[in-house]
Amino acid sequence: MKDQLRRMKALISKEFVQVMRDPSSLLIAFVLPMILLFLFGYGVSLDAKRLKIGVAVEDSGAEAASLASSFLASPYFEARISRDARVLEADLLAGRSRGIVVIANDFSRRLHSAGTAATIQVITDGSETNTANYVQNYAQGVVSTWTTIERMKQGNASQTGARLVPRIWFNPELESRDSLVPGAIAIIMAIIGTLLTALVVSREWERGTMEAMMATPVGIGEVIIGKLIPYFLLGMVAMLGSVAIAVFLFKVPFHGSLPALLLTSVAFLLAALGQGLLISTVAKNQFVAAQVAMVTGFLPAFLLSGFIFEIASMPLPIRVLTHIIPARYLVTNLQTLFLVGDVWPLLLPNVLILLGLAAVLFFITARKTAKRLR
Amino acid sequence: MEHAPVAIQGLSYTFGNNQPPALDNLSAVIRPGAVTGLVGPDGAGKTTLIRLMAGLFLPGGGTLNIFGLDTRTETTRLHRIIGYMPQKFGLYEDLSVMQNLRLYADLQGVTGAARQQVFQRLLSFTGLAPFQNRLAGRLSGGMKQKLGLACALIRKPRLLLLDEPSVGVDPVSRRELWRMVQELVNEEMAVIWSTAYLDEAEQCDEVLLLNEGKLMFAGPPRELTQRVTGRCFQIRNIAGNRRRVLANALQREEVQDGIIQGANVRIVLRVDRSQPDLAALSAGPEARLVPVAPRFEDAFVDILGGGPGGISVLAASMSQIEDYGQITVEAQGLTKRFGDFTAAQDITFAIRRGEIFGLLGPNGAGKSTTFKMMCGLLRPSAGIGKVVGLDLQKAPGQARSRLGYMAQKFSLYGDLSARQNLEFFSGVYGLAGARQKEIVGRMIDIFNLTPHLKVAAKELPLGFKQRLALSCAVMHEPAVLFLDEPTSGVDPLTRREFWTHINGLVERGVTVMVTTHFMDEAEYCDRIGLIYRGQMIATGTPDELKGRTESDRLPDPTLEDAFIELLHQWDDKTREAA
Amino acid sequence: MFSRIRALIVKELLAILRDKKSRFVLIVPPLIQLFVFSFAATQEAKNQTLAVLNLDEGKPALTLEQNFAAAATFSKVLHLRGAAEVKPVIDEQQAIAVLWIPEDFSRNIEHGRPAEVGFILDGRKTNTAGIVQGYAQRIVNNYQASLAAGGQSTGAQLVVRNWFNPNLDFKWYTVPSLVCILTTLISLLVTSLSVAREREMGTFDQLLVSPLHPLEILVGKAVPALIIAMIEGTFMVLAAVFLMRVPLNGSLPLLYASMAVFLLAIIGVGLFISSLSMTQQQAILGAFVFMVPAIILSGFASPIENMPPWLQTITLGNPLRYFMTIVRGIFLKDIGAVLVWRQTWPMAIIAAVTLSTATWLFKKRME
Repeated sequence: MKDQLRRMKALISKEFVQVMRDPSSLLIAFVLPMILLFLFGYGVSLDAKRLKIGVAVEDSGAEAASLASSFLASPYFEARISRDARVLEADLLAGRSRGIVVIANDFSRRLHSAGTAATIQVITDGSETNTANYVQNYAQGVVSTWTTIERMKQGNASQTGARLVPRIWFNPELESRDSLVPGAIAIIMAIIGTLLTALVVSREWERGTMEAMMATPVGIGEVIIGKLIPYFLLGMVAMLGSVAIAVFLFKVPFHGSLPALLLTSVAFLLAALGQGLLISTVAKNQFVAAQVAMVTGFLPAFLLSGFIFEIASMPLPIRVLTHIIPARYLVTNLQTLFLVGDVWPLLLPNVLILLGLAAVLFFITARKTAKRLR
Repeated sequence: MEHAPVAIQGLSYTFGNNQPPALDNLSAVIRPGAVTGLVGPDGAGKTTLIRLMAGLFLPGGGTLNIFGLDTRTETTRLHRIIGYMPQKFGLYEDLSVMQNLRLYADLQGVTGAARQQVFQRLLSFTGLAPFQNRLAGRLSGGMKQKLGLACALIRKPRLLLLDEPSVGVDPVSRRELWRMVQELVNEEMAVIWSTAYLDEAEQCDEVLLLNEGKLMFAGPPRELTQRVTGRCFQIRNIAGNRRRVLANALQREEVQDGIIQGANVRIVLRVDRSQPDLAALSAGPEARLVPVAPRFEDAFVDILGGGPGGISVLAASMSQIEDYGQITVEAQGLTKRFGDFTAAQDITFAIRRGEIFGLLGPNGAGKSTTFKMMCGLLRPSAGIGKVVGLDLQKAPGQARSRLGYMAQKFSLYGDLSARQNLEFFSGVYGLAGARQKEIVGRMIDIFNLTPHLKVAAKELPLGFKQRLALSCAVMHEPAVLFLDEPTSGVDPLTRREFWTHINGLVERGVTVMVTTHFMDEAEYCDRIGLIYRGQMIATGTPDELKGRTESDRLPDPTLEDAFIELLHQWDDKTREAA
Repeated sequence: MFSRIRALIVKELLAILRDKKSRFVLIVPPLIQLFVFSFAATQEAKNQTLAVLNLDEGKPALTLEQNFAAAATFSKVLHLRGAAEVKPVIDEQQAIAVLWIPEDFSRNIEHGRPAEVGFILDGRKTNTAGIVQGYAQRIVNNYQASLAAGGQSTGAQLVVRNWFNPNLDFKWYTVPSLVCILTTLISLLVTSLSVAREREMGTFDQLLVSPLHPLEILVGKAVPALIIAMIEGTFMVLAAVFLMRVPLNGSLPLLYASMAVFLLAIIGVGLFISSLSMTQQQAILGAFVFMVPAIILSGFASPIENMPPWLQTITLGNPLRYFMTIVRGIFLKDIGAVLVWRQTWPMAIIAAVTLSTATWLFKKRME
């Protein structure tokens, strides 16, 4: 027992020295997380604000002018007014604008004649599908507001009828940063846990150091734990550092508790490290290990974790697939911890699933690794 | 009863279903208190046997007991009593010397007060004490091996397994390694030393000779050597070309094996055959046949059925190299500085057309730096390197197109097939179209590569790898051939074939520059330049160098003795000057 | 000279393609990824669960609730019994939103008074919440319109037409984008490993002592990567058109011409990383550190126009940004040579910079 502890300690401190000496592992463990946090913290957001559109005012009536100025005044649009829709179409094609609002030349006339609807045509750039949705929604909003104001001006319309009063909890301004930063942390953890671990173990096979170690009294469990703990600690440090940066630098609110954060992190890191170890055990060469880690670790964490793309909107087979992706559970938990708080009925099952995944991965790894070369 | 260190009974091992067995029904006992050499040609199963002893492979059949422990079931206890140094030394290159030692001490369970003592002892033992904080990756090849040995010795093992520990190690370090291992051995422990170099095997107490997975011989090396007693001769006082004499001798039916030893040719006759007619070998009127003491290597080649013939089909197919004047390779005041450190200082030499010139020197002395400057791999800080009269810096492309290069481990593209390698290297040297086709086809015929054409180069048997690498290096009929430890770790039979080709090429007017750590190889050289501490400290023929170190203490020095002695003399001289 | 470079190119291609395993790694996973991720990477809101707290028993309330339940976005509706259930339902992510119809809703409607409906959204999923909010707004507007239509007229009405992608099919957006990302991934990995692997294997010296000029070696590394990435790109485009049924409206020659320029820019980056790396591990991780920000700053998941100006300036150096615009433009918008050129020349400049930097570094590191 004492021997085992000493051996593991030796392996762990060796691993730390190696991490410190290889610029590439420091790059991936500290520099890349900073870049990612910085990008998501300061710049990147999913929602569309101040969309460039063109407004073609073909009608010279007062209402048309007033509607056009509503578009100009809208905080969601950066509108360019023109008399000629064709000029605006060229902008749309070139990607300089995302939509065109056409106020046709009979707009004012139809608005005044009873029984006819005055149509406003909105053309969106469907090649930017998400943005097109936003253009549509925002235009809808501008037109409804304008209609209401017009009616009130005419004095004939008090606020009647059904009206939706949306309230967005946890993130009233829908700041996508607040949900992206926790997601970014999840990606960082996936990279450290899976990619880095897979690479460092396969490197030992490639360089023959594993062979020398195999012939010492060190047990296979000790070798695994000796790899696990350093990268576990590295991951925890990166995790807590990232959370600190998110909270103190980018002012993302954090409503959860530290123990809940630690619990989630521990559970996730175990699963991610388990995945990395398994990859390196199966693929004893760095190129293959990197490929597999990329395909099964990084990309799913990026695309299938619900970080950017909504899991519920995916087709059923892919939704099923997301259940075995550890990052999925981490993203949910981190977003909840940051924006809501300790919602145990949500957090705890996720933690348990992560631990379960970790257990399965370690079990397979232990079965696949023997203290033999073949 | 006391258990033997290693008891092998009917041991078999196979890698794949369709593969021939790597080890076939092997039985042997290794005794304590001795260094047992494990020898055999490449692919004989040496590494497999060592890995089996280390418990890293499971025996396919039969039993293998280490001090009574079954390697199948008692791995944990086994690993407490063995020290293992794999071929790719298992050092962490980004850890310092001391950190490596500490790691293995912890893994082996050496703690407390004993620990510091062990470190002190091993550091002074290996001479690594001044380099404790240096990263293992920055050590020279010899120092790496010593550190690897130190790591394997931390907890005095009862069985020490060394897999080719002397590959890439200079003669000085090699002697030190050998001395260290000798000092270790006592009645309690056994050492297994696998090697492709038979002068090492000769010094072992016992040898196991493997061939194609079968045990050919077990016992003291002397016993094996006896079988060639009376059949070994040296042809001395050769007038004219000793290479041609060797080629002629090897073509004779009564000659089983032959090599060049400086100015002389050493031959081994077949059993019960008369001595060859020296006149027929065109050895000149003065030539004499002198009986010499047999060596283990002679017996080794003998038991494996003799060496290859003396005619190089490769050389025969090449055209005569045109005459570029007397001097083909020239170094004038070559100097290379890395920051404050001068790796090579004012190195000057000239190699004549059709000459084999050897660059020798301990690891880290500047030999590789010089070699690299001569190939144009490094830009000299000062001085000029010329090949066929062209300055490597001013006309690199032209100069390089006249030289051929072959590095240790044969830098072929492992994933490409033999034919694809040939096509690639011929293409890189500007051969194209029908001419390229013709030359590639010729190489395939010469080396019997046809059955291997589609096999990835990394899967070729070692002998074919070497042939392929050589043909890739000479397809463009270079005037100069640069060989960087070309037969490092290669068995004697493959080595002989290689030198037959080189000798043939030299006859065609090719100039050869070779670096090597092995004196067998150095003996083939016409002249040798010895590089030490960044300077060329001696040049001369192998016999001249031996002559220079002849003394009462060393009446008949070998080339290795001369090498070491010259370094000592140099050290003494500089100490006096200082 | 040409025959020497050709030999290098053939060798490089063989080294990558000869091995069955690496052929597999090069072709199959990217196609699977294209397939899986193009279904996954959707920014629609589908299959959402809506919770309804209807405190009103009137008919108008029921109609509104039914309108919500019928919406395509919501595949499941939970009925809440009291206000106390609202918080846990949202907190535990059982539903993306709660529709809260107060008890006086029907009465207000019937009396022509303003009738407010509460709609509580889970702000953790910013994007989905935003979209669902838009849908909800539309449902209520339509409901309102149907009430008004009972009386008379109408006022202004919005008619939306989506050009280039009439049904706003997300696949049409993600597939061309993924084609760009996956091509980047492959070409970057292949080139960044190319020199580093030869260094580790020890074959690099062998190349350097041959009469090859350093520039020839670089060309010999760049061209095979270009060829492989082009083939890879072709596979992806074929899969996009025939498997994923994304229309390819524009000109194929323009697509290939711009792809070549784009790939040269990426290959320059790859060769730079490769010349810098001593080991394969460093090359892989280096490629990664370039690739992740490049994807994020490409405009794929996050529109460039929403980024702060300084970040937008940085994206000008990202070749992926231009190439994505081109690929989507050619696929869906049938943009012509002028528009393609406008996105291509910046990539050409980037390519010139990355390739010459790589050459400089490569020559420098040969010492």
